[in-house]
Amino acid sequence: MKILVCISHVPDTTSKINFTDGNTKFDSNGVQFVINPNDEFGLTRAMWFKEKQGASVTVVNVGGPETEPTLRKALAIGADEAIRVNTPATDGFSVAKQLANVVKEEGYDLVIAGRESIDYNGGMVPGMLAGLTDANFVNNCIGLEIEGETAKATREIDGGKETVSTSLPLVIGGQKGLVEESDLRIPNMRGIMMARKKPLNVVEPVEAKPETTSASFEKPAPKSSVKLVEPDNLDELINLLHNEAKVI
Amino acid sequence: MSVLVYTESEQGQLKKTAFEVASYAKAVADQLGTTVTAVAVNTNDISALGNYGVDKVLNITNDQLTDFNAKSYALAIQQAAEQENSKVVIVSSSADSKYLAPLLAVGLNAGYASNVVATPSSTSPFTVKRSAFTNKAFENIEVNTEVKIVGVSNNAFGLVESMGSASVEDFSPSLPESQVKVESVDKATDKVTIADAEIVVSGGRGLKGPENWGMIEELADVLGAATACSKPVSDLGWRPHGEHVGQTGKPVAANLYIAIGISGAIQHLAGINASKVKVVINTDPEAPFFKAADYGVVGDAFEVVPELIEKLKAFKAQ
Ligand SMILES: Cc1cc2nc3c(=O)[nH]c(=O)nc-3n(C[C@H](O)[C@H](O)[C@H](O)COP(=O)(O)OP(=O)(O)OC[C@H]3O[C@@H](n4cnc5c(N)ncnc54)[C@H](O)[C@@H]3O)c2cc1C
Repeated sequence: MKILVCISHVPDTTSKINFTDGNTKFDSNGVQFVINPNDEFGLTRAMWFKEKQGASVTVVNVGGPETEPTLRKALAIGADEAIRVNTPATDGFSVAKQLANVVKEEGYDLVIAGRESIDYNGGMVPGMLAGLTDANFVNNCIGLEIEGETAKATREIDGGKETVSTSLPLVIGGQKGLVEESDLRIPNMRGIMMARKKPLNVVEPVEAKPETTSASFEKPAPKSSVKLVEPDNLDELINLLHNEAKVI
Repeated sequence: MSVLVYTESEQGQLKKTAFEVASYAKAVADQLGTTVTAVAVNTNDISALGNYGVDKVLNITNDQLTDFNAKSYALAIQQAAEQENSKVVIVSSSADSKYLAPLLAVGLNAGYASNVVATPSSTSPFTVKRSAFTNKAFENIEVNTEVKIVGVSNNAFGLVESMGSASVEDFSPSLPESQVKVESVDKATDKVTIADAEIVVSGGRGLKGPENWGMIEELADVLGAATACSKPVSDLGWRPHGEHVGQTGKPVAANLYIAIGISGAIQHLAGINASKVKVVINTDPEAPFFKAADYGVVGDAFEVVPELIEKLKAFKAQ
């Protein structure tokens, strides 16, 4: 089985979010970048397929050279090879088009992407990629088994979960639950050394102009400070929620 | 050229979000000087949509759409948009709508803005404000394609009544057989879900163990709320994964979020910041959550929560 794992290069979850150039650009100054958490679950699941059922695992990112350390980390975790599509990730649709081109050129049985990236939270790349490559698609995937050409996937739905069956080629939007948190891997020294020798292929983009453009960013208005209520005066809390906040 | 809105239903009943997206669609239609057409799938009673600004309902009754299937649903909505020559399509932020919207975007060659929190600030260029960086910032984005898809964040716009009545037309999309088959669904149907809830009661590691969730559930019951938890709580298996909220869990955009025994780590706050009013109950006055909260009680959950339940019961009985 040939597996492609889409890796988004995102600010670490604790990063302070700031903007420059009159609030039109994300300020990456001092920000540490990591593998998008939803993609990390997917990469770990791909490693399971590789080790338990035999599969080749390629990781791919659409982005400039600055994303290569993130791809190297994925290689150190165990992916066999990496592809970087050499163009900035501007919007979801154009990223999906670049990825679709990689899928069409190379042919993969299973494409694992994260439900959403934790930076722009677009939540559209996996679905668009499935649509563009005419593959089956399961979003919010929290469990995946593959036997031959048949896949059984569990996905989270509002208020519960659902099990579906489908066939390859398949694209999933993965998330927490796809593997146990304790199974997530930290690259070890051997992995890091091996990753240096693994291929990281830079491919040139296809024509895909962005459908959406960021005009500007804003930060939420600063909050007024908390109103504290004494634990023995909960009637006051109810009063505030009813009369002031009007939420109960 | 009407604005098209997909109004979701569950077991034949329109969901609350259906009325919210209809209200939003009406506001956009007013900006564009046009009408609203809703697509309803296997819905028993669509008459209420007229009260939220819908002019016409394309009513689909189709056995192939009994189980939710993103591709088939997207195709049905696509065919409706093509028939109506709709340039703007509105969907909600439910898991199902977020699942189908990217497929619909490919089908209609449309730019898609998800997690949108306000009506367009301009219709030319079409610019909407959406939440990004897991609620740590907002992005104003321009959608440059001829057809645009807007995914509205839950509870961001609210319900706006506008008396009227909608005409109803049967609509029969042509759908191939689905390649993704639902085998089983595991869902508590009598519970309010986090996505739909106006109020969410959430517990953290401060509750010490799963055996103490009775009071969380009771508080949620009194308030008609959904229950949620922090990440370690679901990691420890005290609560199901589906209840974990935050950056890597579910987003919460409730009107009221009550956090009990939750420290307020940045990854937790990121996912719940879109909620309007936040109440924190925590023993530690230094817990970071107090900085993010509107109201706070510094106290022991095991004393505060039972008393709050009693007082709320009395309040509700008034
Ligand atoms: C990549 C990444 C992603 C993450 N994503 C998420 C996410 O999506 N959601 C999430 O929640 N976390 C997430 N986390 C974890 C997050 O950093 C915190 O560890 C977590 O939110 C803490 O949960 P907690 O507040 O329940 O537990 P703790 O940090 O243990 O805090 C428990 C709190 O309970 C209080 N308490 C104790 N006893 C009582 C009592 N009797 N009454 C009242 N209060 C009491 C304590 O004062 C304390 O503030 C993520 C972390 C990482 C690294």
